[in-house]
Amino acid sequence: MHEMALCLGMIDLIREQQTSHGFSRVRRVVVEIGALGHVDPHALAFAFEAGARESPAADASLEILEVPGRAWCMDCSESVTIGRRGDACPNCGGYTMIVEQGEEMRLKELEVL
Amino acid sequence: MCGVCGCGDHETRIEQEKPAGAGAPRELHEHAAAGHAQAAAAPVVRDDPAERGTLLKVEQDILGRNNTIAAHNRAHFRSHGILALNLVSSPGAGKTTLLVETLQRLSGELTMAVIEGDQETSADADRIRATGVPALQINTGRGCHLDAEMVDTAFRRLHFHDGVLFIENVGNLVCPAGFDLGEAHKVVIASVTEGEDKPLKYPNLFAASSLMLVSKVDLLPHLEFDVDTLIANARRVNPGIAVIQVSARTGEGVDRWLQWLGAAHTMAAATA
Repeated sequence: MHEMALCLGMIDLIREQQTSHGFSRVRRVVVEIGALGHVDPHALAFAFEAGARESPAADASLEILEVPGRAWCMDCSESVTIGRRGDACPNCGGYTMIVEQGEEMRLKELEVL
Repeated sequence: MCGVCGCGDHETRIEQEKPAGAGAPRELHEHAAAGHAQAAAAPVVRDDPAERGTLLKVEQDILGRNNTIAAHNRAHFRSHGILALNLVSSPGAGKTTLLVETLQRLSGELTMAVIEGDQETSADADRIRATGVPALQINTGRGCHLDAEMVDTAFRRLHFHDGVLFIENVGNLVCPAGFDLGEAHKVVIASVTEGEDKPLKYPNLFAASSLMLVSKVDLLPHLEFDVDTLIANARRVNPGIAVIQVSARTGEGVDRWLQWLGAAHTMAAATA
């Protein structure tokens, strides 16, 4: 359940934003989560609901944008889309792939009031 | 972790430190004062849909704080000639037994220290200290992984330089994958009493590791376990992962592991 730790990291970032921008509360939180990372979106949503209480983001909605997984296939020298780590290259069926995208965990934007 | 939210952050204890709550610096648990029992029934504020909010672009890594401290740890280890290894595995894979064997074999050759992460007890640190190597136990309470700040705090108490620092993470194949501690390498230990499909079930940790130690290979004659399948699965998620088969009990493969360790340490010392 490391999603709680991630969620508390998000709330720290939100407080920093509040200090710099002086808003009263957050209405919507948008995060980008990579499909190949170690974050379970359901666990993150659950953790956020609990962890955001008593914070400027209490009652904010959480929008999770999934960033698709991309990997460089060394066998066909091409960038391909994969759903999970350990998936075969959709072109050649090989597994010699270097992940290029899909591990993101980013607080993208806030809608604030 | 608490029943409502799963948090356990105020429970971290590092040896030689006052318990968290007694003026501890970590302020992570914001909702504790509200009381979890009532929190579930907290009133919901309804926004007026006509009220427009302002959009703020943030674009920051959620793990940014951990990564900053990890980068600081890494620079510190490098400048002090320290090879830091983050040992990760599921519970019971034989991390501590292999570590004890490693420390005994390298005693007198290399300076070593150990940071031990477990939810509870100092049993593992006690086993390490029995070898004569300094060890510091971090108890994460109900937390499921070590983070860079815990390692930073523990490391400051070890007064250690020019050697190998082993960080034995909490036994868990999920959470430690995302938390950089500043180590040079993650080393994943997979025992032959587990399934060959572990790398596919928990791909992030195997993808993040430089080396997989296949442990307890002395048990292979008694098991239906295909080491080649395990290795193929690990390379499906991490084509570059090195693999060494070891048994702490018989000593099989331990020389190769020590060679790998020696090479990695030489590299760390050369770039200090």
